[in-house]
Amino acid sequence: MLAGSVPATSAAISEDEVKSEKTEKEFDAAPFIMEHVADSHEWHILTKKDGTDVAVYLPVIIYDRESGIHLFSSRKIAHGHSYRGFTIAHEGKYAGKIVRVDEHGHHDGSKPPLDFSITKAIFGMIVASIILLWLMIALARSYRKTGISAPKGLQGVLEPVILFIRDDIAIPNIGDHRYGKFMPYLLTVFFFILINNLLGLIPIFPFGANVTGNVNVTFVLALFTFIITQFSANKTHWRHVFAAPGVPFWLLPIMIPIEIIGLFSKPFALMIRLFANITAGHIIVLSLVTLIFIFKSVLVAPVSIFFVLFMDCIELLVAFLQAYVFTLLSALFIGMATAEPEHH
Amino acid sequence: MSLAAVGAGLAVIGAGLGIGRIGGSAMDAIARQPEAYSKIQLAMIISAALIEGAALFAIVVAMIKG
Repeated sequence: MLAGSVPATSAAISEDEVKSEKTEKEFDAAPFIMEHVADSHEWHILTKKDGTDVAVYLPVIIYDRESGIHLFSSRKIAHGHSYRGFTIAHEGKYAGKIVRVDEHGHHDGSKPPLDFSITKAIFGMIVASIILLWLMIALARSYRKTGISAPKGLQGVLEPVILFIRDDIAIPNIGDHRYGKFMPYLLTVFFFILINNLLGLIPIFPFGANVTGNVNVTFVLALFTFIITQFSANKTHWRHVFAAPGVPFWLLPIMIPIEIIGLFSKPFALMIRLFANITAGHIIVLSLVTLIFIFKSVLVAPVSIFFVLFMDCIELLVAFLQAYVFTLLSALFIGMATAEPEHH
Repeated sequence: MSLAAVGAGLAVIGAGLGIGRIGGSAMDAIARQPEAYSKIQLAMIISAALIEGAALFAIVVAMIKG
């Protein structure tokens, strides 16, 4: 419409204008938000005005059934390029995954190769692990040096948290004399989730990966709890599953399947709870940021930033809360599976 | 997309009712026993987080199926 009303001499400029107006009009918040929340092979930082990207390209490690192991930078397959016959699919069943392509650059329909790449989430986990190792080794060293004394420095920060997990999570749920065996797992899972939740809130490069908001990560964490629970379960636990005491025998055909589903639904709920809470938090913050671009007004920016700050404060609470809830429920499940029948 | 939005809205109604009830009951309990303030607050936050989790299950389904 606009192009038709301008003189032919300035057609080139007006075409550009139309283009830019079109892209502005078509700003769609959903893909923008999803790109930030999802895992990816490159760590996009910003796009310059001339359209070039500033990004950290993470290594791609794939195993193909025919051509073996490949290792290259994800820069080579960014923006639809293909390298060694591989590219990132943008549509279809395998969208977002690395697929093999034919000489025309089309997906050849084969199953995608096994992907062991260092993606954003994995890089985020490595950063978090390094921070955790540094924190905990420094803590252990300071205890070795000073012995049991009044806590100072790092001890003063971490000792109350560790004592809280022992005294308020492990002992009440697992029991006085059995809790010791499970403390390493509970502490690890608590600090791992906590540090990843907190780093996920920092929007600057080595941090900010959505690790605990990635369903694969939370799946593995829940799987750990499931395996530990089932392998430390005692006879009483299995009797409650397969022959619950006090239940009439004709009810057992209904009760046993329900109990077995219950074994799996508990860790499943753990997985979804952590994933959904963290992802939802990120989506809300990003939605508030996109309001500026949806209304295309600087005046919205202060309001938006105020709400983002407010949400970030809530997210800070959620970061602790979800780490706590995951640890608490893990301890609860372990405690339920290891409880001894009471003798009167 | 719009159906997903309706689903998200319904989930928020449920979670809002649930968390509202917890908040109200916690206020009653604190008014009755102000000395148990910190314990009630902790239990309140945990229950709120669990209810929020249930609502987020619905949000996830709305997101996937939307």
